Amino acid sequence: MAPDDDPHADHLTHYLCIGCPLGCRLEVEEDDHGDVLEVRGFDCKKGKEYGRQEHTEPKRMVTTTVAVRGGLHARVPVKTREAVPKPLVREVCRALGTVELTAPVAIGTLVMGDVLGTGVDIIVTRDMPEGAPTRAAQRG
Amino acid sequence: MITGKPRHLEKTYDVTVVGGGPAGMAAALGAREAGAEKILIIDREETAGGILWQCIHNGFGLHHFKEELTGPEYAQRYLEQVLEHEIDVITDTYVADMDAGRHVKIMSGSQGIHVLDSKSVVLAMGARERTRGAIRIPGTRPAGVLTAGLAQKFVNMAGYLPGKRVVILGSGDIGLIMARRLVLEGVEVLGVFEIMPHVNGLNRNVVQCLHDFDIPLHLSTTVAEIHGRDRVEKVTVAPVDEALRPIMDKAWDIPCDTLLLSIGLIPENELSQRINLRLDPVTTGPVVTSTMETSADGVFACGNVVHIHDLVDFVSQESDLAGQCAGEYVTGRRRPADNIRLVPGDNVAYCVPHTISSDREHTIYLRVRRNEGKCAIKFGDAYQRKLRYVFPAEMVTVTMRPRFLENFHGDSLRVDVVPR
Ligand SMILES: Cc1cc2nc3c(=O)[nH]c(=O)nc-3n(C[C@H](O)[C@H](O)[C@H](O)COP(=O)(O)OP(=O)(O)OC[C@H]3O[C@@H](n4cnc5c(N)ncnc54)[C@H](O)[C@@H]3O)c2cc1C
Ligand code: SF4
Repeated sequence: MAPDDDPHADHLTHYLCIGCPLGCRLEVEEDDHGDVLEVRGFDCKKGKEYGRQEHTEPKRMVTTTVAVRGGLHARVPVKTREAVPKPLVREVCRALGTVELTAPVAIGTLVMGDVLGTGVDIIVTRDMPEGAPTRAAQRG
Repeated sequence: MITGKPRHLEKTYDVTVVGGGPAGMAAALGAREAGAEKILIIDREETAGGILWQCIHNGFGLHHFKEELTGPEYAQRYLEQVLEHEIDVITDTYVADMDAGRHVKIMSGSQGIHVLDSKSVVLAMGARERTRGAIRIPGTRPAGVLTAGLAQKFVNMAGYLPGKRVVILGSGDIGLIMARRLVLEGVEVLGVFEIMPHVNGLNRNVVQCLHDFDIPLHLSTTVAEIHGRDRVEKVTVAPVDEALRPIMDKAWDIPCDTLLLSIGLIPENELSQRINLRLDPVTTGPVVTSTMETSADGVFACGNVVHIHDLVDFVSQESDLAGQCAGEYVTGRRRPADNIRLVPGDNVAYCVPHTISSDREHTIYLRVRRNEGKCAIKFGDAYQRKLRYVFPAEMVTVTMRPRFLENFHGDSLRVDVVPR
């Protein structure tokens, strides 16, 4: 049946399962209230769970860098301690754009608590000892 | 706080490890565990840790640490253990040459040239990225054509962006990860182009790096020409026919200032060639026994220098073994010699190690040539295991136990992956 003829078409969303390289094409059907009625197309239960989660509340870990002054390198990597709602990924990065740390910085250092009210902290993911970056550290 | 400060350098070592990436660090720790005393890691970068410092994304360590870490966290955990175990680490130092007598010539700005004697050597030089020359893209030679891994280092460590409008050639994980990275840094990523009809990277990266940011992915399409005098001005992209030749009347131009190449890694084996190690023509890395020993006595190898790994966890596992065996070598212990050669057969590109012993347990790593659904991996008539699928991009690991080989009496075992 072509999608256009399908009476449920606007209740269907498609996802690519990321659970393993088989990459099952998942189809999630929701009812009129937006609740998940059924997940189809999975080859194992991991896919079923993933389809439901991705449809109702997709989340992502954010990994990026922030500026560090006087460190061995110009940037130090950071991450969200837990996954945050997917629509907030870009905003989290933007919020970190103005942060500048000063070396030395230890792994696990809190960079920003409760980012954008998500309850999730941003922490540093490596030690950054003092040093002179070999090249100019200016962006752009 | 981890630092790259060298300790006092000895003239002789039990085990010298060339390259301080995850392979080198795990090997050094393995050697310590096996009882080697004086152990040295040499790395040309300012800190040991290898490629992991620039891989700031998560997805490392699920097998080894049972939690999901970022590349830097994985590197730091290892480096801390290395320092705790009083392993000497010298950085900013390049291993320029070596001979079969295990005299290692090192070179650094601060210390000049030295020759160290070592009872055993572990080669852990990792891999380098394939460049434009490897695939001969026609066109001019402007600035702005670089490998995805180099761009990753620029963005994540040095803090500068490679360009403003970027096209990515190749759908390996590094390219996909960089697509997302650049978008999050405000760069416009115009598309990922893959010459093959399938993606090379993980589905997770297709979804989380491309779909999440609406970055177009063009399969069976390649960059046919690069234009620009000093800087890249545009690229011509074209779909390809069955022989992977660009179909030029369907080509189109994309104005951009940067082309990133994510077209694979090759083991870094200049040193291996200097000492005439036997190399595997498929992996291009050294041929190794089940103790990860190369064709030169007392010279071991592990990690990406032997074959390209997609998961660092397996690098650590393989390298721990290499280090253990190097440690045993210098303390005068030997495991029974290998008596069976593994011969890649149908749909098997290579197996590592190249030989095994019938009286120990081994982890065998192999890569297939083609996708296959339900299939079985067969070791002659001795042993077979069912698999749900195989993909060239995903390394297959098999545990080979002595009891599987009880009734096998030959000296070579053919390895096939066949449909079932
Ligand atoms: C961009 C990228 C993304 C990846 N993403 C993932 C992922 O998400 N999950 C995962 O599990 N794995 C991932 N991997 C794979 C994993 O990082 C590698 O398999 C692993 O780093 C290989 O370890 P290695 O020690 O063999 O090599 P490397 O990490 O490359 O280390 C080799 C070291 O040797 C040094 N060296 C080389 N030659 C010399 C010499 N002559 N003298 C002195 N020093 C020398 C180099 O400077 C380097 O530090 C990724 C790899 C890359 C490149
Ligand atoms: S549903 Fe199961 S089999 Fe299919 S891709 Fe997801 S994890 Fe793999």
